[in-house]
Amino acid sequence: MKNLKAILHLPARNQTRRYTRSRAGNFFYFLFLFAAGLFSLLPMIYCIVTSFKPLDELLVFPPTLFTVKRPTVSNYMALPDLISGLSVPLSRYVFNSVFIAVAGTALCVVFSAMAAFVLSKTDIKFKGIIFTVIQFALLFNSYTLAIPQYIIYSSLGVINTYFVYLLPTLASSMGVFLMKQYMDGYVPDALIEAAHIDGADWFGIFGRIIVPIIKPCVLTLTLFTFLGLWNVQSAGTIFSEQLKTLPTVMSTIAAGGLARTGSSMAVSVIMMIPPVLVYLVSQSSIKETMGSAGIKG
Amino acid sequence: MAKQMKNPTLSGRRWQLYVLLAPFLIIFSLMIVLPVLASMILSFFNFDMVSLPSFAGLDNYIRMLLHDNIFPIVLKNTILLAILTGPAGFLLSFVLAWFINEFGRTARTLFSFMFYAPSLAGSAVFIWQILFSSDSYGYINSFLLSAGFIIEPIAWLSNADYIVPIVVAVQLWSSLGISFLSNLSGLQNINTELYEAGAIDGIRNRWQELWYITLPGMKHMLLFSAVMQISSAFSISSIIQQLAGYPTVGYAADTIVSYLNDVGTVKYEMGYASALSVILFLLMVLTRWITNKLINKAGG
Repeated sequence: MKNLKAILHLPARNQTRRYTRSRAGNFFYFLFLFAAGLFSLLPMIYCIVTSFKPLDELLVFPPTLFTVKRPTVSNYMALPDLISGLSVPLSRYVFNSVFIAVAGTALCVVFSAMAAFVLSKTDIKFKGIIFTVIQFALLFNSYTLAIPQYIIYSSLGVINTYFVYLLPTLASSMGVFLMKQYMDGYVPDALIEAAHIDGADWFGIFGRIIVPIIKPCVLTLTLFTFLGLWNVQSAGTIFSEQLKTLPTVMSTIAAGGLARTGSSMAVSVIMMIPPVLVYLVSQSSIKETMGSAGIKG
Repeated sequence: MAKQMKNPTLSGRRWQLYVLLAPFLIIFSLMIVLPVLASMILSFFNFDMVSLPSFAGLDNYIRMLLHDNIFPIVLKNTILLAILTGPAGFLLSFVLAWFINEFGRTARTLFSFMFYAPSLAGSAVFIWQILFSSDSYGYINSFLLSAGFIIEPIAWLSNADYIVPIVVAVQLWSSLGISFLSNLSGLQNINTELYEAGAIDGIRNRWQELWYITLPGMKHMLLFSAVMQISSAFSISSIIQQLAGYPTVGYAADTIVSYLNDVGTVKYEMGYASALSVILFLLMVLTRWITNKLINKAGG
């Protein structure tokens, strides 16, 4: 059991009490992080505060960052009216956004983990070349890829379908790179050899041994991919309003001009909720996974 | 690894490896590798997106290196911004993750949420526009005026002297994305028995522990983070345009990416834009190669 724990890199249950830590040092870090953290929270706080401002306070410059004199929910109450003017029901946009974000994230994480496993833990032919190409692809500016990609979309016949949202995410090599580095660093080869001796096949090794260990990495990639897809908007590849996503609704409302400033902030606040939830769920389950990873092997 | 090959149960099941690799590799080749190759080929053509591309040989590269007055400026800006934000962003995303990892679960979740909040909030750059607004009501100006440091408001975002430092600050502040998260998940995976053993072996403070135990255990995550930083440090563009528009005063802060966007979108010269992105790519590959040498040296 002890060796297994060592192999799986189990963290200590109580990391704060360590021999090498001074209380004064911890206190200093805490203050520093809190101050820097508050500054990072500014945009989020500003959005939330602004969404509760009445029109006259919205037009004050410079805007107050933290205070509202007469808070109002009118910006939120105005949303149903604004939405009823859309040519496609809101539920359709919600469905599109949720479907694209969930399906895209799931496929991206699964495909990345599968490919990273082969590149990290097996001796498949050309894996060095494949991995080099994957890394270098991250360094090529995406702007000039747009035209060739458009030609590929149109020859595949996927223009004006969900695929134009999903394919760029599924092709992104960042996930494979992250997962491969994680497996190289934290999944011991000994574990895979042991499973070989027990007669497991590659699918079995991937599903029953690799996946439980890389869960923290899976959650990190899930969060990151979800965030990207949740804010995705089609650029010249989606024409029917039925297939557009929630950011389109947001720009429609914001396009209404100055009087809509408050309502478009209210929409931004609502749009923030799913990513924040995904963040909290994924980050809190990272710690649980770490505690139980050792028992499964 | 050779051992795996001799395993009788697995020798006949290599097809499973291809099944695992295929979905990503097919989509990646189609959507990234092919377009990259197409873009590289296009850099030897003139292409206005209306008529068919016509072969131009090395014309685009000759024009860039010899006849283009803007290219040397944006090249210099790109390298300057990469030097100022790349290494610092790399260190910041590690150091903050390391600090945060010192605390218990609650504080750790709170802090990581705070630092990741700009990414969660979507477009967060506007807060800097309010701070650095150029009239006397902007927060920084009104503070400096009332404290008596300046007597008239400074046009922060249209002054060539200030724009680069401001872009650097905003880029660093908003760069705590995937490298920060991957560093956090890596740090939580380091075998804590090593820390206990280290304490017995005479490691006395957190700095020694960092150097002898934490950093070697983070090698793979740090390489990932380094590549992501290179990619973002050389591609700063939308932040600059949101803050100061395009072009900035005297091209003071415009980068190769800003420039190639302009060349492609406004002037419809896709061949030239492709040549610019090929040069940018070579610049990053060179940096990646140097970084790799440095990381290997630190590891050995």
